Amino acid sequence: MYSKTLHISTSPHIAGGLSIEVIMRNVVWALVPVALFAVYTFGLNALMVLVTTVISCLLTEHFLCKISKKESTISDWSAVITGLLLGLTLPPIFPLWMAFFGGVIAIALGKFIFGGLGYNVFNPALVSRAVLQAAFPVAITTWFPAFTDNRFSVVNASVFTFPFMSPGVDGLSGATPLAAFKFDQVITNNSDLALGLISGSTGETCAVLILLGGLYLIVRNMMNWRIPVAILGTVLVLSGILHLIDSQAYPSPIFMLFSGGLMLGAIFMATDMVGSPITSLGVLIYGTVIGILVVVIRIWGGLPEGVMYAILLGNALSPHIDNLVKPRVYGTVKQPQQS
Amino acid sequence: MLNFRTNTFKNGIHPPEHKRETNGLPIRQFPFAPVIILPMVQHIGAPSKIMVVEGQEVVRGQLIAQADGYVSVPMHAPVSGTIRKIVNVPTISGKMAPGIFLEAFPSSTQEVQEGTPVNLESATTEEILQGIQNAGIVGLGGAAFPTHVKLKIPEGKHCEVLIINGIECEPYLTTDHRVMLEQAQDIFTGIRYLLKATGATRVIIGIEANKQDAVDHLEANIPNDLQVSIKVVPVKYPQGSEKMLITSLLDREVPSGGLPIEVHAVVVNVATTAEIGRLLPHGRGIQERVITITGPGIKKKGNYLIPIGTPLRYVLEQVGVDGEISEVYMGGPMMGTAVSNLDISIVKGTSGILAFTEKDVIRPEKIYPCIKCGACVDACPLFLNPSRLGILAKFEAYDQMTEHHLMDCFECGSCSYVCPAHIPLVQYFRLSKSIVRKRQAAAKQTLEYVQ
Repeated sequence: MYSKTLHISTSPHIAGGLSIEVIMRNVVWALVPVALFAVYTFGLNALMVLVTTVISCLLTEHFLCKISKKESTISDWSAVITGLLLGLTLPPIFPLWMAFFGGVIAIALGKFIFGGLGYNVFNPALVSRAVLQAAFPVAITTWFPAFTDNRFSVVNASVFTFPFMSPGVDGLSGATPLAAFKFDQVITNNSDLALGLISGSTGETCAVLILLGGLYLIVRNMMNWRIPVAILGTVLVLSGILHLIDSQAYPSPIFMLFSGGLMLGAIFMATDMVGSPITSLGVLIYGTVIGILVVVIRIWGGLPEGVMYAILLGNALSPHIDNLVKPRVYGTVKQPQQS
Repeated sequence: MLNFRTNTFKNGIHPPEHKRETNGLPIRQFPFAPVIILPMVQHIGAPSKIMVVEGQEVVRGQLIAQADGYVSVPMHAPVSGTIRKIVNVPTISGKMAPGIFLEAFPSSTQEVQEGTPVNLESATTEEILQGIQNAGIVGLGGAAFPTHVKLKIPEGKHCEVLIINGIECEPYLTTDHRVMLEQAQDIFTGIRYLLKATGATRVIIGIEANKQDAVDHLEANIPNDLQVSIKVVPVKYPQGSEKMLITSLLDREVPSGGLPIEVHAVVVNVATTAEIGRLLPHGRGIQERVITITGPGIKKKGNYLIPIGTPLRYVLEQVGVDGEISEVYMGGPMMGTAVSNLDISIVKGTSGILAFTEKDVIRPEKIYPCIKCGACVDACPLFLNPSRLGILAKFEAYDQMTEHHLMDCFECGSCSYVCPAHIPLVQYFRLSKSIVRKRQAAAKQTLEYVQ
């Protein structure tokens, strides 16, 4: 002890334990059951889409770090989350080359162009999904029925469409519950919705598993519970009111909650810490705005599903919410006006 | 929104307490070191003025340095012995300061020279404050601000509540806990002096719930003629800071940039109170203080009564350390200072000595960018936005930082503690604050020059 030099640092000398890497890894754990169920529902097709998006995100991130002469950041797990989330929002028979392209877009355009992790304005997976929807409107609305008998042995041909070719449309038999309602006024059974026994994007189907994943993250203090509560609460109340006014024209709130990408979006995408406001009140406002947008787009918009655009708009609003909603600093009477 | 009174402040953190290791160990007297080193800067304010010469013999308790002005305190010999050298000595901040090397007599006893007692019944407010200054008392919680200055109620203000701070929210430290268990009578005597000095009409002793035995002990020993209320508050860091404690106990907020007296309160640390109660009736000066020595690198952990000026090296030799210690802190792990060499000595503000070995220290390997998770916002007891301040600090945008209330930050470190990106937030703020202060001083100087 007497000859050794002592290490000096400024206080605090202890730290709380959580780290970004641990948080991100746990988000991946929470998403794994959702992804497994998607594979169980849609078979090999879904597995291939998911693997493609994850690999594509990791490769893009690694490559971009290398060419900008930075240390590779793939070890922080955030690219895995982006890849998984993107894959889960795509239809199960989405052509793989498009899925791969989606992963590149998510990382390059959704995250890297802003400066990497922490600086992105929008959720990278949703940015990519929006680009894919604009670029490949047919492929991204080509659904596939769940639980086909040969789902573990036969891969749908459209998955292997050559790059820059359009897939032959052959899977159109399974319309999503939201599309069925919007265009054909068909209501899907509630328990089928909750358990995911329906057609839809790979990961948008089993609400129960998504809720459990979210609950795990909330218990581990890795997710802000206010965001999903505000979004789902707003959708529940707003669509409940509409349903009470006219139960024929407007679907029941339970149907609204469990259909489409709302669960996945509210729990795993809107809660992206980077794109959401920082204060508790700000987060509640953010969630409420997203909830309202979801209902408005679904009911009065031209698209059957509005979660993606609702969250992207919410992301765009969150810096402004942060500027407007500042907590009153201790010992000051009024919130001082600053810009 | 509904406001539920929870008798605590909002936000804050819960670091592991590590108090069990020492909170059951009674205070033990530490032996005199062969040579005691007394820096003249042991408090906030002007350094004490040395009144002895080399070769002079002094007795324990004798005045050896006097206060240099109002915001300063005198110093007393912690041990009988010979003044060997008067030179610059190293201090914890790394700066050298004027100091005294005092070689103890081998036969030195615990006996202390008496001074002029301050009579509780007949003394005026001014005499009590003078007595506190004469005793060399500073805040023993760690800030080391001269207590008589703090107790001086400014013209036009009045003190309604005297708060005795027995919170001790820093992990590991148990000195205040032991003082409350072992020096109850001194505390109550100190409270009598403080009541007279401040003119307060009521007294609250604030204690965290993890020190129930101290609560019970004090409760049982309150003198019949003294009105004292003891309030137990939930365990949370940084409850021991004046602002947080006032909010916890009184539900009042100290105005930004203001002192507790603005909300008619004065907060005094419980060990400081006990010291006042022990020293003033005898007119003595402070010669020693209770220090918790703990941490994974220490063999004989405990609470020790150590003479001021005892060299840190001697202290560690006495308690025994693990050969591998890599870090030594003075104070707690949240706000204490890391020691760069063992040749500095114990000062009045030293509340704890912590030694860690290489394997006990978790140092973040990598700093990530801020992901705006808001953990720091939920931890900051002053409702600042450390995330935003941290980004501004990176861009050296000090003016904007000041607008975001940088100068309100009292550096509790809760933001750095919770940050999952391991961003050294409070470290940025500490640096930024010193830069802002320097700029403000420079601006003031320029202004004076121009006028």
